Formats: sequence, structure tokens, C-alpha cells
Amino acid sequence: MTQQLPPAGADQATGGVAGTTVEDVEPATVSVASQWRLMWWRFRKHKLALGGLVVTALLYFVAVFADFLAPYDSGRLDPEYTYAPPQSLHVVDTSEGWDWGLYVHGYTAEQDPETLEIRFAVDESTKVPVELFTRGPSYRLFGLFETNIHLIGPADPDGPPMYLLGADRLGRDQLSRIIHGTRVSMSVGLVGVAIAFVLGITLGGVSGYLGGRVDTVIQRMVEFFMSLPTLPLWLGLAAAVPTDWGPLTRYFMITVVLSFVAWTSLAREVRGRFLSLREEDFVMAARLDGAGRRAIIFGHMLPSFTSHLIATLTLAIPAMILAETALSFLGLGLQPPVVSWGVLLQEAQQIRVISTAPWLLLPGLAVVIAVLSLNFLGDGLRDAADPYRR
Amino acid sequence: MAAFLARRLLYMVPTVFLISLVAFVIIQLPPGDYLTTLVAQYAAQGESLDQAQLDALNQRYGLDDPFYVQYWKWISGILFHLDFGQSFEWSRSVSSLLADRLPLTMALAGLTLLLTWIVAVPLGAYSAVRQYSIGDYLATTIGFLGLATPNFLLALVMLWVAFSTFGLSVGEANPVTFAIAILVLGTAGTAGLIRILRANLLDELRKPYVVAARAQGLPEGRLLVRYPLRVAMNPFFSTIGWLLPSLVGGEVIVATVMNLNTVGPLLLGALRSQDMYLAGSIILILGVLTVVGTLISDIALAWLDPRVRLRYR
Repeated sequence: MTQQLPPAGADQATGGVAGTTVEDVEPATVSVASQWRLMWWRFRKHKLALGGLVVTALLYFVAVFADFLAPYDSGRLDPEYTYAPPQSLHVVDTSEGWDWGLYVHGYTAEQDPETLEIRFAVDESTKVPVELFTRGPSYRLFGLFETNIHLIGPADPDGPPMYLLGADRLGRDQLSRIIHGTRVSMSVGLVGVAIAFVLGITLGGVSGYLGGRVDTVIQRMVEFFMSLPTLPLWLGLAAAVPTDWGPLTRYFMITVVLSFVAWTSLAREVRGRFLSLREEDFVMAARLDGAGRRAIIFGHMLPSFTSHLIATLTLAIPAMILAETALSFLGLGLQPPVVSWGVLLQEAQQIRVISTAPWLLLPGLAVVIAVLSLNFLGDGLRDAADPYRR
Repeated sequence: MAAFLARRLLYMVPTVFLISLVAFVIIQLPPGDYLTTLVAQYAAQGESLDQAQLDALNQRYGLDDPFYVQYWKWISGILFHLDFGQSFEWSRSVSSLLADRLPLTMALAGLTLLLTWIVAVPLGAYSAVRQYSIGDYLATTIGFLGLATPNFLLALVMLWVAFSTFGLSVGEANPVTFAIAILVLGTAGTAGLIRILRANLLDELRKPYVVAARAQGLPEGRLLVRYPLRVAMNPFFSTIGWLLPSLVGGEVIVATVMNLNTVGPLLLGALRSQDMYLAGSIILILGVLTVVGTLISDIALAWLDPRVRLRYR
């Protein structure tokens, strides 16, 4: 939708000039910028939001190319390396002159004679060469063509493994599992918000548009859902999902459970927007112009609050990610063969385990980063949603 | 005020009824019932229950009755005798189980609420008055971090720090874990409240009456506390309603991580083993607590803010 600044003129604004404020422009030369462009200019000023956008985009990139970016499969285990500590990646080997090339140090395993506990130490004398774009376990990129190229991995796939972020109870690579977990954790929010969005926009729209008795009924319903304690409701519903269902159906059911609560605030938002927009002058103008109801709603009202909707949706995603993590952590969400950050954190439930292998808490860091960046992004979008507000 | 109260109380009745229905539906949703769990447990131990025993148990618990009969039994017991039924798993009455655990839960929730307010009010006020100062940025950052960190993760990290650096025993409940639990539970709420208070106070501070009061020569401190802060505090009272259930909700996870003897782990266990009366009763009590909390916050709001009170005239 294009908003024109009065009076309607011809001159097109260049990005740099109009990036300042619209008021600076002389009345004689009129700039025209679409609403989305104005929003982008405003959004750009919010540095944290811009950072949030970049990190969010990166996370979704990781989710899409998880197979390529991760050195190993999510399920690959190696019982010889239980709780192996993280290795650091070296570029230059200075032990015998200067030798360029990526490598990590190997491990020396030592068994405690009393407790039979195996302790690992990084062995400075051994070298495990690491290569970029190396060959590893094969996978299907986008489910289409089969390949075995990975961004990074040990040069010899059958040699000693590489654990950049340590290993878990079964010697599984934490880095690979976090990367694979990105896929589920980041998409749960999207799918859940999509479901909540459909429910919220239909019910909220109907409520705000029709008003009267329908509005009262829907509002009571929303209030009722809001008065239910969220977490016990989630727990109860998630416990009701049969444990023997396949991973995909279970994943879908969990997102449905999550969106069960999230739609209420969306419905309220949509209804509120509808109610306030109905009183706006431009709606009145459109009505006087003889535009039909459908044209008014879809042609005039909806475009003017799409930006608000997008901001609200973005802010709803992190809540879903947190909820999925909590449910999976408690064992009521997704189940182990599937990897999500919450499932990975299940490994870190006991304080004793954490004290031997603190790197098991790393998926939590991923959650914090994802939620923070989505929050910043949503905040920036919300501020930018109304470019005319000062 | 009386009309307002009567109206709010009347609204509560259908809501509580619906909540009880939802609580019961939720616990009936999983396929199978407690006997399925019991049979599975016996099978895992290499024993088995014969059909006669199963029938007897079915009879005793009334698990074969139609839905409405079971619901009526449960709800009439609660309404007329304050009897929440029997917990299958614990072989005790739900009421006595809850009596054991509710006090600690409520103490935890109350102390957390107190901590949230004590921290959030000064911090929120400070970051609004000194907008864009270093302290403001610090408070905002901490607020964002607090909102973004899952409760249980914070609990785990703090336990780990307590365990590894101070050598505290964290295996069982003790004052230290209790304090950590309060701190952890308070973080998310505090972060949210700081942000709300800051935004509200910023809006208030720009209003003409503040300028007028300042022009009259009112000292800055008194000016702040007497007028804008009072108006900006409104959300604090409206949050009591949802803070209470969200505290108990968050407490489920934190208490599970920390092995605290509160209602949370009880609910989790009951949901896992389909101990229906126990799970249903806890969900019902939490739901009623939410409704009561909303009522309290509405009354507090109406009492403080004449605009709210007069709307119900």
C-alpha cells in the first residue's frame, strides 16, 4: 500500500534524504515513500532490533542448512567418548615450526581405579586434522539430492572424532545436536504461531467486525482461556498426547497445544485494531465513497494493521520456543529421537551431571540467544509498525 | 463499589464452573486410565493383575462410569464435603496431600511476589527517571535477559554455581535451595514489571500536570512518589491476578529441578501416572486461584483508581 504525502506530487525521494524526517522536506517538493519503506527507515534506527533481525536470520539459516553445517548426524554415538570435554579449534601449529591448517588436539582417557569413572584430558601431543567442506555421513539436502559434504569435520571420517562443544552421556557430538535442534526449536514457534494466527485472526476479526452478541460471546471465551493457568494447562494437554505416536504427529500436537493458549492475545489484538480502525476517518471516507464491506475490510483496514500483526506475531514466537523447551525438558514435550533444545537439556537435569559436564547446558544458551533476538526484532517491528507516530 | 463487587462475584460463578469442567476433561483426555498405568507397572516388575482384581479396582474407583457421573461424584464431593477424592498413586486423600504441600507452595509464591515488587519498583522508577543513563541500560538489559532465560535453566545454572563454587549441598531441600528458587521465580516477573513500570512512568512524566507541579516548586522526589508513580503502579495491582498462577506454573519446573516438596512436582507426577483426581484437583485449585487473584487485583484497582470504579456505575 502506498501512502502519499499531501499534496500529491511527482518527485521521488532518494533513500538518503528521506531517511531523515519527512517534515524536513520543503512543501514544494513532495516525496512519496510506501508505508513499508517508511517502516524500514524507522526500523533501521533501532540498532538492537537490527541485530535481532540478523541473528534471527542466521538461526533460520542454520535451521535450513542444519545437515550441511553439522559435522555429524544427531544420533551418531560413540561410547568410547562419554562426556568428552570440548576441544578448541586451532589454526596454526607452532610446536614444530609454523604449520598452517585446522586441527584439534586428541584426548587421553584415564580411568579412575576406584570409581571406574573415565576422565578425559586434552592431549597436546596428538593432532586430529580438521577440514572445511569435508566428507562425512551422507544426507539428503532439502530431501532432494544426496551428498556427504559438511562444512567442517575431521579430515578422516573413520579416524578419531571431533567434539568442538563436548560430548554427552553417549558420546554424541553436542555441536551437531544443537545445530540439528535448531530446526525443531525454531520451527515450533513458527508453526505454532501460524495455527494461533489463523484462530486469532478469524475469531478476533469476527468479534471486532460483527460486534454485538457474537462479540460478547467470543470475548467471554477469550477471557475464560486467559483465566486458565497456562502451564498446568500445557502440562495437562501435553500429557494427554499419547506417547506411542510418531515424532511428526507428536510435534504437530505439541504445537497445537502451545497455540491453544497463544491465540487469545492475538484475537484481542486483532479485535482492538478492528474496533479502533472502524472509527478512523479513512474508513468513513471509503464508506462514503461507496466501497463495500469486503473492500473496506480487505482493501483498507487490513493493510493498515498488517504491520502491527507482524510485530505481534514475532513477539509470540519466543514465548512458544520457551514453552516447548520447558515441556520437552520435563519430558512431556518432544521425545528423544527428535532433537530440540529442550530435549537436549533433558540430559542436564541432574546437578551431578552438570558439574562433570557443564557444556550440556549449552543448548540453553542457544535458547536465550534465539529468544532475545526474536524479542528485540519484535520490539523494533512494533515501534516501526506505525511510521507516522512520533 | 458494591455494584462493582456484586458484578465481579457473579462473573466468577460460570468461570469457576467451566474451569472445573476443563480440569476434568484434561485429566480424562489421555487414553487409558490409572489402571493402565498400574498394569504397566506390574508388568514391568514381572507380575500381573488378574481380571477379577482389575474389575474390583474398576468398581471401587468407578472408572467405568460415564463421564458425567464421574464428574458429578468428584465435584459434589468438593462442593459439599470439601473432599477432593482419593489419590490412586499415594493411596491417600488428595486433601491431605495438598495440605502437606500447599503451605510451602504459597510461601514460595508469596515471597517471590514480595521480592518481585521490592526489586521492580525502585529499578523501574529509576530507569524511567534517568532514561538512557547507564543504570537504565543495565536495568533494561537485565530485564531482557530475565525474560529470555527459561526458569529451569537459570535454576540449573544457579544450583551449579552454588554447588561448584560454594560447595553447598543441593541434593535435598534446604534454605539455600529455597532462596535460589525464590530468586529464580522472581526473575521473569521482575523483568516484565520493570519494563511495564518504565513505559508507564515515562508516559506519565511527560504529562502537563507533572510540569505544573514542578513549576509550583514541589521537590522532585515527592513529586514523583505522590503523583506519577501512583498512576504508573496500576499494572502492579492488575498483575497480582496472573502473577499467582504463573508463579505456581513456573514453580512446577523449578521445584522439579530443585526437588522441593511443593505442589508442582506432585502435579507433574500425577499427570504422568494418570492419577486423575489428584491432577484434576490441582488444576482446579490453580484455576480458582487465578480467578480469585484476578478478583483481588480488580478490587485493588477499583479501590485505587476512581476511573475504574466509576465505569461500573
